[in-house]
Amino acid sequence: MKEGIGARARFFYRYRRFIKTLKIYLMIAGPGIIVMVADNDAGGITTYTATGSIFGYDLIWFLVLLGPIAYIVQEMTVRLGAVTKRGHAEAIFDAFGTFWGWFSLSDLLLVNWLTLITEFIGMTAALSIFGIPPVFTVIIVLLLLIVMILQGRYWTWEKIVLLFCVLNLIYIPAAFLVNPSWSSVLGQGLIPHLPAGGFTGQLFFFLMANIGTTIAPWMVFFQQSSVVDKGMKEKDIPWGKFDTMIGAVFTVIVAIFCIVVTGTVLYGTNIQSAAQAAQGLMHINQYAGVFLAIGLFDAGLLGAVCISLASSWAFGEVWGWAHSLNNRIKEAPWFYLLYILILVSAGIVVLIPGAPLVLITLFVQVIAVTLLPAALVFLILLLNNEEIMGKYKNTKVQNILSTVIVVFIITLSTIYCLSVVFPQLFR
Amino acid sequence: MVPHSTKSPFHKKFMTAITNQVRVVREINEKYATPRIKMTRWVSIALLGIRIYLIVLVLILAYKFVTLVI
Repeated sequence: MKEGIGARARFFYRYRRFIKTLKIYLMIAGPGIIVMVADNDAGGITTYTATGSIFGYDLIWFLVLLGPIAYIVQEMTVRLGAVTKRGHAEAIFDAFGTFWGWFSLSDLLLVNWLTLITEFIGMTAALSIFGIPPVFTVIIVLLLLIVMILQGRYWTWEKIVLLFCVLNLIYIPAAFLVNPSWSSVLGQGLIPHLPAGGFTGQLFFFLMANIGTTIAPWMVFFQQSSVVDKGMKEKDIPWGKFDTMIGAVFTVIVAIFCIVVTGTVLYGTNIQSAAQAAQGLMHINQYAGVFLAIGLFDAGLLGAVCISLASSWAFGEVWGWAHSLNNRIKEAPWFYLLYILILVSAGIVVLIPGAPLVLITLFVQVIAVTLLPAALVFLILLLNNEEIMGKYKNTKVQNILSTVIVVFIITLSTIYCLSVVFPQLFR
Repeated sequence: MVPHSTKSPFHKKFMTAITNQVRVVREINEKYATPRIKMTRWVSIALLGIRIYLIVLVLILAYKFVTLVI
């Protein structure tokens, strides 16, 4: 009898502790999950679908590797933001001076704007499947994104975005709908190997594009600013790390299921975009096609909101404007105006008739990853400064891992550029 | 006779906005004139080298993009 009461008490205690822990996590959760899920943006989904249709399941193992890489990079921004209470742009200006500061800010604005165009490309393509003209899509999206931030609270904005993050999981049921051979996915996909044809320029291009979709310069700036805007402190760092880890797992799972969809049904069909994949899927399994289109729109929307915010936050930090989502329009007019201007200008580009939209999408991913090491070097230098980071500075292992990532990306970028200049090198 | 400017109010407002922004940039440059992290000359050169190298790579990619589009 006594034992029964003891067991029940223990269960109740554990249950209460679990609920308490969950509540604490839900308070802190946000920046890590949002940045990682938004990382599977329209460009990302386009890259994954194209990867699946060209290489089947052959590159799934590479995406699994990219999960820890994304975590290692993004975890540094959590610590930096929580300790310095400054966004990344301001941290660079403060630590390295104006020359490097302006350099980084211009890099960021350019790459972000280009990436934002790819988000609009994805969203217009997704809704065109349902017969909605691109002009309407751009207008709807602009209104939606503006309404989302104008309510004047970071918390509300974050929870709305988290709802869109959940929708990103739509690729999981889509994969089950196309009935893949799971033994092939596990056997062929998870064991590292080169696809048939070996090293080719195309393989390097897709490896680069996949890295570009998993880690990008805007993510570093976004997460750090987001951590600051949320008001995270040093004591919240472990939860911030956990949040980022959950996000990294989430992003890899979505990417894998996306590849499984096109790798199963559209392998060898030379699909070039997610929208084309969705249209192709409609003929085979209508629901899977619709899911892919909805997922593409959602991915573009998430990417657009995060990327335009990353730019506005960075600019606001350096320019000294009020730059928090907790500010109302009257309190931070420049911050909101810039956010809207960035979105509108990117939206207009998509409406230019005859623009090579799919090619732009894939190239922007590759350009983003090529410029990534520059941002990472500053991040590593900042994380190694004891005066700034105190006990939260990088450990030796973290330094080795992050340096390996930088060297790996520079090497891969160099090899791809060599294959561009000397096409006969890699056949 | 009241002398009046030939410039439109919009032009005046625009010029004031530009002048203000130039002033803000100067203030930012002054505020962050002294970097908190002191880098040796070689580290600065290495950083600049990486930057230039990456920009060259991006230019090659842009060339590839143009050749594919045309």
